[in-house]
Amino acid sequence: MGMSWATRALTGSLKWIDDRFPLTKLWNEHLAEYYAPKNFNFWYYFGSLALVVLANQIITGIWLTMSYTPTAEGAFDSVEYIMRDVPYGWLIRYLHSTGASFFFIVVYLHMFRGLLYGSYKKPRELIWLLGMLIFLCLMAEAFLGYLLPWGNMSFWGAQVITSLFGAIPYFGEGLVEWLRGDYNITGVTLNRFFALHVVFVPLLFIGLVIFHIMALHEVGSNNPDGVEIKKHKDKNGRPLDGIPFQPYYTVKDMFGVAVFLLIFCAVVFFAPDMGGYFLEHPNFEPADPLKTPTHIAPVWYMTPYYAILRAIPNKLLGVIAMFSSIAFFFLLPWLDRCPVKSIRYRGDIYKIALSLFVISFLVLGYLGSVPPSPILTIVAQFSSLVYFSFFLLMPFYTRSEKTKPVPERIRG
Amino acid sequence: MVKKALLVPSILLFILLIPFTLGASEENIKLDKANIDLTDQASLQRGAKLFMNYCSGCHSLRMVRYEGMAQDVGIVDAKGQVLEKIVKDNLIFGDQKISDPILAVMPKADATNWFGVPPPDLSLVSRSRGVDWLYSYLRSFYQDATKPWGVNNLVFPDAAMPHVLLSLQGLQVRVNDHLELKIPGSLTTQEYDMAVRDLVNFLALMGEPTQLKRERLGVWVLLFLGIFCLFAWLLKREYWKDVH
Repeated sequence: MGMSWATRALTGSLKWIDDRFPLTKLWNEHLAEYYAPKNFNFWYYFGSLALVVLANQIITGIWLTMSYTPTAEGAFDSVEYIMRDVPYGWLIRYLHSTGASFFFIVVYLHMFRGLLYGSYKKPRELIWLLGMLIFLCLMAEAFLGYLLPWGNMSFWGAQVITSLFGAIPYFGEGLVEWLRGDYNITGVTLNRFFALHVVFVPLLFIGLVIFHIMALHEVGSNNPDGVEIKKHKDKNGRPLDGIPFQPYYTVKDMFGVAVFLLIFCAVVFFAPDMGGYFLEHPNFEPADPLKTPTHIAPVWYMTPYYAILRAIPNKLLGVIAMFSSIAFFFLLPWLDRCPVKSIRYRGDIYKIALSLFVISFLVLGYLGSVPPSPILTIVAQFSSLVYFSFFLLMPFYTRSEKTKPVPERIRG
Repeated sequence: MVKKALLVPSILLFILLIPFTLGASEENIKLDKANIDLTDQASLQRGAKLFMNYCSGCHSLRMVRYEGMAQDVGIVDAKGQVLEKIVKDNLIFGDQKISDPILAVMPKADATNWFGVPPPDLSLVSRSRGVDWLYSYLRSFYQDATKPWGVNNLVFPDAAMPHVLLSLQGLQVRVNDHLELKIPGSLTTQEYDMAVRDLVNFLALMGEPTQLKRERLGVWVLLFLGIFCLFAWLLKREYWKDVH
C-alpha cells in the first residue's frame, strides 16, 4: 500500500523544511519528546495560562493601538471612542484591561507554586531568575500601560510613582525629569510611555519568556514531589516517571485554558471594572493636574509594595524597602538552605514561614488599597516586618529544618 | 496530605477574593440604592427627557450623539430606524442636527464665571461617581442660606450646583443628619424618587452604551466555553487513561 498523494506531499514538504530549518527537531525537543513529570497538580496550570494571557495582551494590544491616540489631547477621548464607536472595541479594550489583572493573578499563583515546591532550587536557579525578570517586565508594562487611558488616576498614579525616584540623593531630581521628559507628567510622558509600553518592554518580555522556557526544557520540570525524574530512566533514556508533554500535557493544559477562559470571560462580560478594582472609578474622569483624587491608590496588584512604601516614615528608606521587597525574590535560590524542594517533605518551620508570608502579602495588599491611618500604619509596619523576615531569616530557619525523607521516585 | 488539601484551595480562594473583600473606601456617607433597570426603555426615555430639559443647559454629554442616544433608549421604529422627528420635536431644543454630539447650551466661559467651575461633562459620570451616588446626590439638596444658590448637599457638601430639580422635589431642610421636606414641589416624594431613578438609569446607559450588548453576548460566550470545558475534560480523560 503506497501512501496517498496528500500524505506524500506533506511528508515531502516537511522534509524540505527540516533540511533547512529545525522544525521537527524543535517540535520534538519542546513538545513530543519533552518528558514532563506525570504528577503535575493544580498549581502547574499557571505557566501555560500565563502564556495564554500574554498572547491575549499582545493581540488585543495591537488592535487597541489601531484606534488609540497617544497624545494628552486625544488619549482619553480615543479610549472612549474605542469603547463606543469602534465595532467590538469595547470587547478588545475589556479583554486587555481585564487581561492585565488576570496576568498578575496567574503570575502570582505561578510564583507561589515555585515557593511551594522549591522550583527555584538547584539546578533551576536561572529559570527562577529569568522568571523574576519577566515579573519586572510585567510590572513595568502594567505601570506604563496604566498611564495611557489618561484618566485622573492614570495621571496621579504616574505622578506619585515617578516622584519616588526623586528621593534618591544627588541625581534623584534629574532622574525624575529624565523619566518624565518634562517637569511634570505631560503629553511628552504619555508619548514615551506609549513607546515603551507597545515596543520596548514587549520585546524584552517575549525574549525573556523564550529564555525562561528554553532554560526549563534544558533542565526539565520540577514537580510536586520535588524529585528529579531524570535520575531514573528506561533503556531508551526516557524518564520512568515522565510522560511526553505532547499529547498528555497539551490536552490537560487545554482543559486548564478552557476553565480559565470561563472565569476570565465571566469578568470581561459581566464585571469588567470589578467594582472599581480592575478599572478604578476616578479613571473615568480625564487627567486633571489641578484636581487630586481624594485617595490615590495603585491598582490591586501593586498595593502590597505601595503599603510597604507608605509604612516607612522616611521617603528614601521607603523607596529602598519597596524595591527590595521585590529584589529579595531574586535571592531566593541562595537564601533557602534546605536541600529538600517540595513542601510535602519540608519541616513545619517552612510551612509556617510561608503561610505567614502569604498572609502578610495579602494584608499589605489590602492596606495599600485603603487610605492610611495611624493604626493601619502600625499594622502595615508589622506586616512589612513579617514580609522581610521571610527572606532575611530564611538562611537560618531553613538550615536546621526537620525534613521528612524524600522518595526516590514520584509516588503517583 | 490533609493539611495541604486544605491549604491550597483556601489560599487560592483568598487571592481570588481580594477584589471582592476590599470595601469601598471613599466617604462615609450612606448611599441609597438606585436599583436601575437598563432594560426598562420607558424609564430610559423619561430619563432622556429629564436630562434634556433640566441638565443639558449646563452639562454636556459630549461622547454621545443625539442619534446614538435615541437608538440606545429605543426611540426607533419597528425596523430599528431612529424616529428622527420625535427626537427633534422632543429632545433637541436648538438647531443641532441629529448627528451632532450632545453639547451644553451654555458657553464654558460664562459657566466658569457663574459657578466658579465649568459644569462637568456627564458622559462618564455614572462610571466615575457610581449610580448610587448620583441617585443619592440628586435627592440630597437642602436649604442653606449661606450658600450662593441657597442650597447645600448632604452627599456632596458645598457643591457648586444649584438645585435644578427644585420645582419637582420642593425644598428640604436639614434636621441633624437627615433631611425633611419643607415646601413640597410638583411631585410627591415617591414620584420624585422615580424621576431621579429614570434620570440615573439614562446616565448609566450613556456611561457605557454597549453594556446590554456585552451581557447578551457574554451569555453565549460562557455557554460555549462551558461546553468546551466539558469536551476538553473528556479529551484529557481519554488521553490520560494509560498514565499510571
